Amino acid sequence: MKGSKLWFGVFVFPILLTFLIVVIVPMIMGIYYSFTDWNGILNNADWVGMSNYLEVLREDKEFLDSFIFTGKFAMVSVILINLIGFSLALLVTRNSRLNNALRSIFFMPNLIGGLILGFVWQFIFTKAFDSLGGKLGLSFLEGWLSTTTTGFWGLAILMSWQMSGYMMVIYVAALQSIPESLKEAAKIDGANAWERLKNITIPLVAPAFTIGLFLTLSNSFKLFDQNLALTNGAPFNSTQMLALNIYKTAFTFNRFGLAQAKAVIFLISVAAITMTQIYFSKKREVEM
Amino acid sequence: MSNNIIKRFGLPVLSSLLAVLFLWPLYIVFTNSLKTQKGIFLNVMSLPFGEYFSPKNYAEAFLRLEFIRSFFNSLFITVLSTIIIIIFASMAAWMLVRTKTKLSAFLFFLFAGSMLIPFQSVMLPLIRLMSILGGVIDRPDLFFSPFGLIFMYLGFGSSLSIILYHGFIKNIPTELEEAATIDGCNKFQTFWHIIFPLLKPITVTVGILNAMWIWNDFLLPQLVINSPEWQTIPLKMFFFFGQFSKKWHLALAGLVIAMIPIIIFYIFAQKHIVKGVTEGSIK
Repeated sequence: MKGSKLWFGVFVFPILLTFLIVVIVPMIMGIYYSFTDWNGILNNADWVGMSNYLEVLREDKEFLDSFIFTGKFAMVSVILINLIGFSLALLVTRNSRLNNALRSIFFMPNLIGGLILGFVWQFIFTKAFDSLGGKLGLSFLEGWLSTTTTGFWGLAILMSWQMSGYMMVIYVAALQSIPESLKEAAKIDGANAWERLKNITIPLVAPAFTIGLFLTLSNSFKLFDQNLALTNGAPFNSTQMLALNIYKTAFTFNRFGLAQAKAVIFLISVAAITMTQIYFSKKREVEM
Repeated sequence: MSNNIIKRFGLPVLSSLLAVLFLWPLYIVFTNSLKTQKGIFLNVMSLPFGEYFSPKNYAEAFLRLEFIRSFFNSLFITVLSTIIIIIFASMAAWMLVRTKTKLSAFLFFLFAGSMLIPFQSVMLPLIRLMSILGGVIDRPDLFFSPFGLIFMYLGFGSSLSIILYHGFIKNIPTELEEAATIDGCNKFQTFWHIIFPLLKPITVTVGILNAMWIWNDFLLPQLVINSPEWQTIPLKMFFFFGQFSKKWHLALAGLVIAMIPIIIFYIFAQKHIVKGVTEGSIK
């Protein structure tokens, strides 16, 4: 018995210690620092009580704006990405020789890092859209990323382009696990394509929707690289999402204590939103 | 009848159009990366021919990115971190599955639960803690190095990797390892000789997921890597782009160069990548 405890330690301890040092201890320290005036440069951090939190909630309009922007962005991109991803999955699970090539193409953007994709799309939106708009006489294609609205949709398009293929792969796996006999039986019973989709396919892939919604929601809410590379918050920090706001509060304004208070609020929000979403999706799965 | 026509011709045409739409941004970036600055300014849509054709953008971007060095920095950090994560996560997961105690259950819960913690909520105190720990042993820069970066990747990569291994090991029968114990193998031998080879499918998944994350990661290296000679591709790209964002011909050539390794990797390991990503998200 004593031997097995020793082995338990040998196997678990290295990664546990690293995990505690890298994730858990900083999380606890972070809660402490959120109550201080830590500036990141000097090591001393004096206790200031709730004042960081009060400042965030009362005076920091930019944080509130970025919270709202992030929420709107998350909502729109969750819907777009899953809708496109599921439609692509339906397209590439038909009997067709193109399927493999199509899947490879739709999935590819997901592999490229967010920072690089942000730069790629900066060129597309500012230069290629402008040029296309001029040629086709479509004025709405001009001046992208120079306004809050085009910055918002720019981010949403970039994320949809990057993540739809990822969702497609998840939905393809779910679609392929549906027994063909079920669909055949429904066909014989006279159900049309739409009815089969609504009454058989969608209920049976519901668990995959839970996963898809979870992944897109938490990814959109935590988005950083793409935001930094595509708009960097411009114009006037109006397209700044939460993670970028925290980053800039710390590294541009050297207000680490304030940034950490925001980070704690961020942590609680992410945890609450994703847990609520999982709860409701699981409930729906059962009801369906 | 009309329904059949849509099915036979409409959907393949639609999906091909979508594929073109998906590839269009990369096509635009590639064609313009081969033009002079003036060529881009005059017409973004044109092909890179004639007087505006400028393949030397690539030579200049390649040098400015110090691509050989940043590529090998990225490769070194990605491969080493991934291997270390695989070794320690698989060992810990096996022990956590096979040990039926409250402590074991609690630890698994702790690893799994921390998946919800966003990086930005711990990054500031993490950097502080790393300089405190370095200071304690009188080496303040110890963690602000590739070593520190790999150490932190082990910490951040542990949750998902342990969850994936845990799920896989649960379904492995215990008879084999019991037989090994009777034959006189200790736990270490049992794990490496008997169990680890059985984990190969999930090891591929864990490896691919971690490698893709670490290869593309920007923020952690940005906070941790102080010395220019250890900059990874995303880090180098960030500074490079800051310098050349008005000179799109160089910036675009740099972007293409930065995307090439991952696209080559994708061409060769596509099956594993898609399988890994699917499994990684379903668990």
